[in-house]
Amino acid sequence: MKRAGFDNIWLPVALLLPQLMIIAIFFYWPAGWALQSSFFLQDPFGFGSTYVGAENYTSLLGNDQYKRIAWFTVVFSVLVTFFSLAIALLLAVKADKVLRGARTYRTLLMWVYAIAPPVAGFLGILFFDQSTGPLTKFFQMFGWDFKLGVDYNATATAMVIVAVWKQIPVNFIFFLSGLQSIPRSVREAAMIDNRSATGRFWQVTFPLLAPTAFFLLIINITYALFDTFGIIDALMKGEPGNNPMTLVYKVYIDGFRGNDLGGSSAQSVVLMALVLILTVFQFRLLERRIHYT
Amino acid sequence: MTNLKLCATAATIAFTATAAFAETEITWWHAMGGQLGETVNQIAQDFNASQDEYKITPIYKGSYEETLTAGIAAFRAGEQPNVMQVFDAGAATVIGAKGATIPVQDLLSNNGADFDINDYIAGVRYFYADSDGKMIGMPFNSSTPIMYYNIDALEAAGVTPPKTWEEFQSTTAPALKDAGYVALSQSHLPWIFTENFMSRHDLPFATNNNGYDGTDTEILVNNDAIKAHFTAVSEWKENGMFEWYGTGWGDNQKPFEEGKVAIWLGSSGSFGGLLQKDLPFEFSAVELPYWEAVTTEPTQTFIGGAALFAMSGKSDEENKATAEFFRFLTAPETQYFWHQETGYVPITEAAYEVAKKDGHYDRFPAAEVGITQLSAKAGENTKGYRMGFYVQIRDIMNREYGRILTGETDVETAFKTIEAEANALLARFAKTQS
Repeated sequence: MKRAGFDNIWLPVALLLPQLMIIAIFFYWPAGWALQSSFFLQDPFGFGSTYVGAENYTSLLGNDQYKRIAWFTVVFSVLVTFFSLAIALLLAVKADKVLRGARTYRTLLMWVYAIAPPVAGFLGILFFDQSTGPLTKFFQMFGWDFKLGVDYNATATAMVIVAVWKQIPVNFIFFLSGLQSIPRSVREAAMIDNRSATGRFWQVTFPLLAPTAFFLLIINITYALFDTFGIIDALMKGEPGNNPMTLVYKVYIDGFRGNDLGGSSAQSVVLMALVLILTVFQFRLLERRIHYT
Repeated sequence: MTNLKLCATAATIAFTATAAFAETEITWWHAMGGQLGETVNQIAQDFNASQDEYKITPIYKGSYEETLTAGIAAFRAGEQPNVMQVFDAGAATVIGAKGATIPVQDLLSNNGADFDINDYIAGVRYFYADSDGKMIGMPFNSSTPIMYYNIDALEAAGVTPPKTWEEFQSTTAPALKDAGYVALSQSHLPWIFTENFMSRHDLPFATNNNGYDGTDTEILVNNDAIKAHFTAVSEWKENGMFEWYGTGWGDNQKPFEEGKVAIWLGSSGSFGGLLQKDLPFEFSAVELPYWEAVTTEPTQTFIGGAALFAMSGKSDEENKATAEFFRFLTAPETQYFWHQETGYVPITEAAYEVAKKDGHYDRFPAAEVGITQLSAKAGENTKGYRMGFYVQIRDIMNREYGRILTGETDVETAFKTIEAEANALLARFAKTQS
C-alpha cells in the first residue's frame, strides 16, 4: 500500500490553520484571560483591580453554597445522562422492530431535536405552571404539593424532566442507526443460539452498540453539564432565588449578573480542570472495554 | 468639466448644509419593558419633537441586571451609551467606579442648567448621591413598596387595611382567611421585607452610615426585629394567611390580580399597570404597615426603581444633549406624564404640585401613597444604602428566605448565613475598589 502524504510541509499547515485559529481565538485566548483574572479582584468597570493570589479559589472551597451546587450538578448530570440514554435506547429498540409506519414513528420521535434549549425551557414553564400546568396537576394527584420556583425539589425535578425530554431524540437517532448497522446475519445466528429476546439483547446487540453508547455517554455528560444552560435559565425565570442550579449557571450568575469577574473566572477554571479530568478518565478507563468493529 | 465642477460644488454645499443642521444623537439604554417601555419611547419622542438640535434613541436592554451588565461590557469596549439606567441594587457598582459616569449635578451645572437638590422630593434626594450629598445619578423611575388591597375582599371580611403588622396578625388576616382569601402576598422579599423594613423602622442596615461613608462596610441584617418579622411571616404562611409563590415578581402579583390574594405588597410603580388591566374588583393602596413593637413612629422608605447615569467618555456636544434631555425629563409636565402613566413617583416638588392641582389624587388616591410614604418623617437610617456586589447579596437573601418559607432552614440559621455571606462579598467588593 502506498502511504498518502504531502510533499510540501506548508500545505497541511495551511489546511490546518483555520481550525487552529478558531481554537486559539475561541478557546485558548479566553481561557488564558480567565486564568489570569482568576487571581484578581476587579472593579466591574475595569478601573481598579487587586492581586489576591489564590483567594478566589480558597473562598470557593469554604463556601457551602458552592458545594451544594457542585453536588446538585453531579446528581443532575447522572440523572439526565442515565434517563435520556435509557429511554432513547428503549425507544430505538422498539422502533427498530416496527415494520409498518416506521418512518412516521421515527420522524415523530426525532421532532423534539429541532427545539432549542431555551424554547424547551419555556415549554417546561407551561407544563409546570403553578396553577394551570398539566404536569403540576399530575404530581399533585400523588399528593406532592408541586410548585415550580417555590420548592427546591420540584424545580429540580422539572429541570431533569425537561433536560431528558430534550435530549432523547439525539440519542434515539444514534441508537437507531447503530441498531440498523448490526448485520442481519449476526442477529439470525443469535436467534439460533438464544431464544430469549432479553438475553440476545444484552449478550449480542448491546456489546455491538457499545461504540455508539460510549460516544453518546460523552455527548450526554457534556450536554448535562453545559448545554442545559438554556433550560435552567428559562425554568428559573431570571431569578436564582432558592432554585437549584448547575456549576456552569453559577459561573454565569456570578460573572454576568453579579459582576464578580474574579470569582466567576476562578469557577470557570475549576470547571475547565474538571472537564479535563473527566475526559482523561473516560478515554483511559472506559474506552479500553469497548471493541470497535 | 464644468458640469463636474458644478456637481462637486453642489455636493459640497449639500454636505455642509446637512452638517450644519445635523442633530446631536445620543442613546439611552433602559430596562423598561411592556407598558413602561412604551411610555419611555413616548418621552423620547416628545423630547425629540420639542426641539431640533438633539435626538435621543431609547434602547431596551432587558432586565435591570442585564442592562447593567450590558452597560459595563460596553463601557469596557468604549461603546457605552450616553445615558444608562441603573437600578437601586447596582448603585454601589456604578457610583463606586468613579470616572465611569459624570455626576448628574456636574453635568447639569456645567451645561447651564440650574440645579438645586432641594427641588427634588425628600425621599429621592440622596439615594443616588455620594457621601457628600452630591447627586450622581438622576432618579428616574422612583418607586417604593406600598400595600395594595382588594376593596371587595376587605369589605367582605369586614376589615379595613391594617396600619400595623400587629393589626394584620390579630384582626385583618384571620378575617380574610375566614372570608376565603389568602390574606397576603408580596413580590420582593429583599426589597420589601428587608431594605424597606429597615427604613420603615429606622434601623441601621449597614455600618459606615448604611455604607455611604466607605467600602469596609458590614451588613447589619442579623437583628432581632427582622428575625421576629420573618418568624411571624413563616407562621402566617403555616396558618394560611400568607403565601409565597417563588422569587419571581409576577408569580406573586398574579394571585392578587386573580382575586385569590386580598392584600399584595408591590411597587408604587405597579399602579399604572394594575389600572390598565381592568381587574374584576376595586383596588386601592395604603402605606406599608410597621411593627408597633419596634417603633410607634414609622419613618420614610427608600426609593426603589432606578436612576439614569450619564456615562463619561462622550463629546461635550453629546453631554450637552444629555443635559438637555435631563432638563426635559425633570420638567414638571414630563414628570407628571410619567407619574400618571406608570405610577412611579414624580421626582420633583414642582411636578408633585402639578399633579395635586390637576386633581390626579382626587381621582386616584392610591397614586399618592408612594409619595406620602417617601415624604414621611426622615430618620437616621432612611437616606438609602450603598453596598457593593449587592445584586448577589439580594440573591443570597432570596435564597435563604425561600428556604425559610419552604421549611428547609430556620430563621436563626438563615440570617446567620446571610450575614456571613454578605459580609464576605462586601469584603471582596472593597478589594475591587482599590
